[in-house]
This record gives sequence, structure tokens and C-alpha cells, in this order.
Amino acid sequence: MQPNRSKKQFLTRVLAGTLALATFSVAANELDLAAEKGLEIAKEADRRDLGFGDISNNLTMTLRNKYGEASMRSMRTKTLEQEDDGDKSLVIFDNPRDVKGTAFLSFTHKVGSDDQWLYLPALKRVKRISSSNKSGPFMGSEFAYEDIASQEVEKYTYKYLRNETFDGRDHFVLELDPVDPKSGYSIQHIWIDMEEYRAWRTDFYDRKGDLMKTLTVSDYNQYDDKYWRANKMEMVNHQTGKSTVLQYSDWVFGNGFTDRDFTKNSLSRAK
Amino acid sequence: MANRKILAFFPLMAALSQAPVANELTGYAGLEARAFTADPADSIQSDAGISASLSLEYYRDLDDGNQRFVASTFGRWDSEDGERSHGDLGELYWWKAYDSFELYAGVRKVFWGVTETLHLVDVINQDDALENIDGEDKLGQPMVNLLMERDWGTLEVYGLLGFRERQFAGREGRLRASLPVDEGGAIYQSDREEKHIDWALRYSHVLGDWDLGLSHFSGTNRDPLLLSSNDGLLTPYYAQVDQTGVDIQTTRGDWLWKFEAISFKPRGEDRQTAAVGGFEYSLYGIRETVADLGLLMEYQFDDRRGPWSTANQNDIAVGVRYALNNTQDTEFLLAVSTDLDNGSRFTNLEVTHRLDDRWLLEAEARFFGNADEGDPTYSLRNDDYLQLELRRYF
Repeated sequence: MQPNRSKKQFLTRVLAGTLALATFSVAANELDLAAEKGLEIAKEADRRDLGFGDISNNLTMTLRNKYGEASMRSMRTKTLEQEDDGDKSLVIFDNPRDVKGTAFLSFTHKVGSDDQWLYLPALKRVKRISSSNKSGPFMGSEFAYEDIASQEVEKYTYKYLRNETFDGRDHFVLELDPVDPKSGYSIQHIWIDMEEYRAWRTDFYDRKGDLMKTLTVSDYNQYDDKYWRANKMEMVNHQTGKSTVLQYSDWVFGNGFTDRDFTKNSLSRAK
Repeated sequence: MANRKILAFFPLMAALSQAPVANELTGYAGLEARAFTADPADSIQSDAGISASLSLEYYRDLDDGNQRFVASTFGRWDSEDGERSHGDLGELYWWKAYDSFELYAGVRKVFWGVTETLHLVDVINQDDALENIDGEDKLGQPMVNLLMERDWGTLEVYGLLGFRERQFAGREGRLRASLPVDEGGAIYQSDREEKHIDWALRYSHVLGDWDLGLSHFSGTNRDPLLLSSNDGLLTPYYAQVDQTGVDIQTTRGDWLWKFEAISFKPRGEDRQTAAVGGFEYSLYGIRETVADLGLLMEYQFDDRRGPWSTANQNDIAVGVRYALNNTQDTEFLLAVSTDLDNGSRFTNLEVTHRLDDRWLLEAEARFFGNADEGDPTYSLRNDDYLQLELRRYF
């Protein structure tokens, strides 16, 4: 599936539409319906995850270059759900050892740019940083900042493409178009299973429209009889041959975090 | 015997660093080589040298995370300058969270401010001037500190108990004033000398894109005046000062706008002003790679004159940070600050490159170009240097 195809298709339809008004309105209706269904699926997936409250977990990243040489990252994260806005999160880095103790605080917003601060332990300094680097690599990995940021419905526009079945599951396939012009992607294709609305695979297309990366998600577990979280995410970059595996562990829901645990002051104390 | 003690120590450290995160010992050992490119101003000074450093930090959380004990220490041995062989207990404090406030008691390091090329409002700690001339390395400060976080902002009150004198490079060391400093002969304006209790207050708040800080310090000035004495040495003089500071940052997309200003009032003298402000701008994905380029410009103003004059009276600093964003986090930083009155120029180049999970390589080069006789950097005019440091973290 070429990502540009939809846009070209649309243009063709517009041109055709000027010749035959009826054709155009039918095509526009089809697009509206696809957009409506896509948004509904995204909203349903979001709705099913509402009310998780807070989460803490540990994360290791294995970065592999095209020769298979590996390097490791490890960190601990805390997340607090916000009622009317994106989540607040705190990441504390343990490896590589030279960044040990560095901590990152982020307030995600549904609309507008996120607020981010970094704690630099050698200088005892909390520094407000720019959140506009969406497409840059997180910790030198194949995950961009926008891939690991809290996923809010408002950050994309949607289009339902088709249904697809694999690994014994039925999936919706959606096309996501990032709202932020600074996104490194033209579009993403995402496979969401129909039963539990979990994302199993995402194809990322670069700004030129070429397939860039594929994310494969596995090892889902359910917490509190409601919230599904995956223990393994593998991102493969088709253009560079590099890959990164995220392995999550020690999921804890209901830690009792409050907004006070996500301030510049608590960032400077994070261990 | 000594070796056996060290060997016994390593499994202990390993055990501690593998323990749950509520109790951890971390740190690094470093080996540094430094070479000066020109002959020294004073022939007794060295041309090159090596030195080794060790940094350790331990913390333990208690009382379900409501109390914490922290200890950290740093030491350096230097082959050339006995004065630069030094150690410091940077932190030794206890912290406790109460329902409505937090209490710190002990030796701490505290950073205030937002700008990159000059730290005007950052007054709590004495500089560790032997470590680096950039003023970013600090000595621990004994204190009692209360902190309150409310919806209207964060309020901190500091009682600073006991003064830390600045340490200076010895006669054989480079990067020093034209004459050696007689540290033992320090003079204080206050009759209580180094026992004077200083205090400080800080209010800070985040309002959307704005990070704001307002602070006041009253007590012994951390920066001594250096007075010539009869025996051919310089004597540090520590005045009593009141300093009110403001620091503001606004973060707008790729732009960070930063400003710091102080109103500085030495006891018995007129009020004086200094400020620094500018921007950082970032470009991402340079030439279709994942590299970033950060551009920095800051203007420094200081109306302190006579004995109080600084090197930053009317200066402009420009910098470039180039980060490859590779697995080794290779990063280059180049900054040049120029005195717009006398043309003195200071150039700083830093490169960091991770070798693997535990090894880090850092290179630093500094050049004091075109130093004017009237500029405080004149005494460093022959002290251009290159430095390479290898660190092993554990």
C-alpha cells in the first residue's frame, strides 16, 4: 500500500468530480465514512483504556545496528493519567551509566506542544527543554520521541482502510495522519484487533511516503481485568537495517501517584 | 594489604549497586590528561600533567520514601599542582517530607537559573575553581532548608551555616591569577568571619510556557575580591552582600528564550546590576540524518566596576551544539564569547563520546584569544589547553 495513493486517489476524484458532480459527492461520502469509522475505532481504543489512574514499570531497550551489534538502555517510568489532558510522566535513566540519574518529566497535552524538563544530576540542574523534536531518536534508538510519547486521539486524523486477519485475530487497519507538521511521518498504518482494541503492528511511512519502520507488539497482559499492556515492542527500520526491542517489566497499577509526584521539585529528587 | 582491602570493597559495591533502587552506590573513576599549548607566564608553572579523580554517591530511602539519606564525595589527585589534588564532601544530608513541607538538613548542592554561558543567580554554593574555571563545579554547602510546594508556586528558605572558601590553583598550577593566592590569609568583612550565617529565599513557579524564579541572598559573597598584599601574594577578601535575582525562561517551539538579572549590593557600597539573556534554537534532522544542531546566543551585561568588575561587562557569547544522536551520543559543543569593549575572546570546545555502557570519553579545549591587559582573563593568556578524560562508571 503506497501512502500517497490515498491523496492521489482523492485528487483524481476531485478532478473527476469537476466533470461529474455526482461522482465527486459519492467519493467524498466514502472518504467521510472512512474518516468517521477510523475516528470511532481510535476513540473506542482510547475509551477502553480510560481510568487506569497511574502506572509504574521498568523498561530495557536493546539497540541493534545492521551488523547485529547490541547496546542496552534501561530506565524506570511513572505515568499519571489526567482527566482532561494528556498524561504526565517521569522517566529515570539507569543505563548507560554516564546518564544514570538523569530524569525526564513530561506533561503531554492533547492540543499544542508538550511541556518537558530534564534533570541533570552532575549539575543538580532542572532544565526546561523544547518538546518540538518529534522525529528525533529517543536514546539513540529506532523509537522516535513521538513513538514513545503518550498517544492521544487528538494527535492524528484517521481513516479506516480495511479488515485483516492474522495470528488468529481479526483486525481493523487504520491510516493515521499526524496533526503535528513536525512529525517525521507522512502517515502510519496501524493494525488494531477487533476484540480488545489492542495495537499489534504499525507501519511508519517517512515524509517522502516510503515505508520506513515497522513496529511489532507482542506479549500482551491484562491488568485490573481491563487494561492491556504489552511487554515487548520491536521496531525495525527497513531503511537502515537497525532495530530496537523494548522489553517492559514490573507493571504496577494504582501506585497512588498525585500531581505532586510530577513537578520540577519531584524531578530533582527522582532516584 | 591495601590491595586486599580494595578487592574486598568491590564485591560490596557490586552488591550495593544490584540492590533494590531504594539504596544505591554509584560513581565513576576518571583519568585526565591536560596539555598547555604555550609556555607559562610564570616559569614555575607546569606545561602538561595527568590527574585521576573518583566520584562516589550513596543514597538510602527510608520511611516508605518519606525520608532519604544522601552522601556524595569527590576527590582528585593531580601530578603537577599539589593544590589541585583536593577532595570535597559534596553532599551529606537528610531529607524528610512532612505533610505540607519538606526539610533538608546537611551539606547540599543547589542550582538556580536558566542561562547557559553565565550563572548569575546561582549563589548558594562556592565554586570548585580547582576542578574547572567554568563555575559549574561546586563545593558542598552546609544548610537547613525548608521547601513548600503549593498551587501558587514553590517557596524555599535556606539557612546557610558555615562558609566555604574558594580554593585556588597553587604556584605550580596553570589557570591562576598572575600571583598565587594566599588562601590562609583570607579576610572577611563580617566580624563573625566564616561563621557568619547567610540566608536565602527563593520563589519559583511554572505558568504554561514560562518558568519563573525570584530569589534573594544575604550574606558572605561567594566570589572573593583578590587584594594585593606586601608579600607578593593575593589575599581573598569576602564581603557581605545582598543580592536579589530573577530568572525567566519561555519555551516556544524550537526556541528557548532565557534571561537572568541580579541586583548586587555590597555592604556600605552602591547597588550594582548584572544581566544575561538570549536564546537557544534547535534544528532537528540535519541533512536527512537524525542529528540535531542547537544554536545559542547570549548577551552578558555587568555594571560592576573597580574591584567588583567581572569579565562579563559587555560580552556576547555564541555557541553551536551538534549532537549525532547515535548510540554513543557523540556530541560537539563550541562556544565563543567576545568582550565587545576590549575584544578579548574565550573559546571553548567540548566533545563527548560514549565508548560503551560504562566507559565515556570527554575532550575539552579552551583558548584565551586576544586577551586585553585590562580584562580579567589577561592572567590566563598563556593558558590555552587541550584535555582528554576517560571515565569508568560503576
